[in-house]
Amino acid sequence: MAELFIFFEQIYKILFLLIPVLVSVAMIVWLDRRVWAFVQKRRGPNVVGPFGLFQTLADALKYVFKEIIIPASSNKVIFILAPIVTMTLALIAWAVIPFSETFVLADINVGILYLFAVSSLGVYGIIMGGWASNSKYPFLGAIRSAAQMVSYEVSIGVIIINVLLCVGSLNLSDIVLAQKDLWLVIPLFPMFIIFFISALAETNRPPFDLPEAEAELVAGYQTEYSGMMYAMFWLGEYANILLMCAMGSILFLGGWLSPIDLFPFNVIPAPIWLILKILFLFILFALIKAIVPRYRYDQLMKLGWKIFLPFSLIYVVLTASFLMYFDLLPGN
Amino acid sequence: MSLIRFFKTVFMIDFLTGLIMAIKEIFKPKKTINYPFEKGSISPRARGEHALRRYPNGEERCIACKLCEAVCPAQAITIESSEREDGSRKTTRYDIDMLKCIYCGLCEQSCPVDAIVQGPNFEFATETREELYYNKEKLLENGDRWENILAANINADSSHR
Repeated sequence: MAELFIFFEQIYKILFLLIPVLVSVAMIVWLDRRVWAFVQKRRGPNVVGPFGLFQTLADALKYVFKEIIIPASSNKVIFILAPIVTMTLALIAWAVIPFSETFVLADINVGILYLFAVSSLGVYGIIMGGWASNSKYPFLGAIRSAAQMVSYEVSIGVIIINVLLCVGSLNLSDIVLAQKDLWLVIPLFPMFIIFFISALAETNRPPFDLPEAEAELVAGYQTEYSGMMYAMFWLGEYANILLMCAMGSILFLGGWLSPIDLFPFNVIPAPIWLILKILFLFILFALIKAIVPRYRYDQLMKLGWKIFLPFSLIYVVLTASFLMYFDLLPGN
Repeated sequence: MSLIRFFKTVFMIDFLTGLIMAIKEIFKPKKTINYPFEKGSISPRARGEHALRRYPNGEERCIACKLCEAVCPAQAITIESSEREDGSRKTTRYDIDMLKCIYCGLCEQSCPVDAIVQGPNFEFATETREELYYNKEKLLENGDRWENILAANINADSSHR
């Protein structure tokens, strides 16, 4: 009986996390389109619901009623599995995100490694979808996407080492608590910029949206998908973007900590601060989508391997020597 | 690469300028209108949906001269006519295939009695093709419905006709 109770408690907790995440994914798609429209002096979706907030729900409903087309020459099992993998991986990563000191689903000691591993696995959904479609544009899109995500993961990994050197723990809650006095964005500002740009590349956002460069590749790995399967890719993609924003705010912007420990700020509940920081990063994502042209493929690779990787490696050495010289290493 | 260019690249000056510009643009007034709820102004010469007009006493203007049928480059107009009891020539059939029509306005220009006109209505999309094969009743009904605007438009444009 007690086991059953724990089981249901866990399910309840998961739903309590998952449903807000899915709803906020829907809202964030709306926000993305809205910011994009505003920069271009358009109005954006503003008809369905207040300010058009339910536009995404209307779109999702449309996708539910659309026919799912499975190409005859595709590998059907993998073809169907790919969007499921993408969405599942985008959602399970949320398990370790700490929303406040107590509100975290799985407070595991290797939280950051788990997050990094799951976001790296995300490439499988894309490559499975692209390859199983057995069609040229999805295939090219999947190759590009895989190469891009793998390259930028390397620099994200090195950036995370920088953070870990300053914090001395792989636990996400500890990483947040270590920033109580000073957010890591201040000492590691160049790393924050590189993390942000790598996150853009990692989630296939403009200016690095080469996998779905519509002028060349129709819609990349999503070309053969339709109906709910396409919607799942799309949901997974935005859940991933949200996850990257959450990761950025936890690693550099002090997670659920308030900016100053003073009266009007410290009464606001911790999760609100995290949400505000995620929103701030996401609005930057959306603004960047509106203002930048797409990178060329070789420029993208050059930026990842020849600039970001060496620079972040040098920064690791600098951070380590600085901490060592001034005897600031955590745990001492 | 010059030194200035190098620093501009490293500190992303161009990018930040663009970002600030984008943020400024957000607060500027919108250039688009809320289409189904508010509509842009339409010229009196706009060539929208066709209508057959009547005289104020209710008599059809059309005299079945078939100039519009002859001038129509898309051959969208079909007219059949016969003599009425009072001796006047009137149409028994006046069909416009709105799918063939290229909305060039030549029928309106050719009409000697201002009977066939193109009104300002451009929102007449239908769910089936058949609904867009307009017959005489539909065109006359359009004329009755839009008469005020049509008369005002023809009046506004009269000095150029």
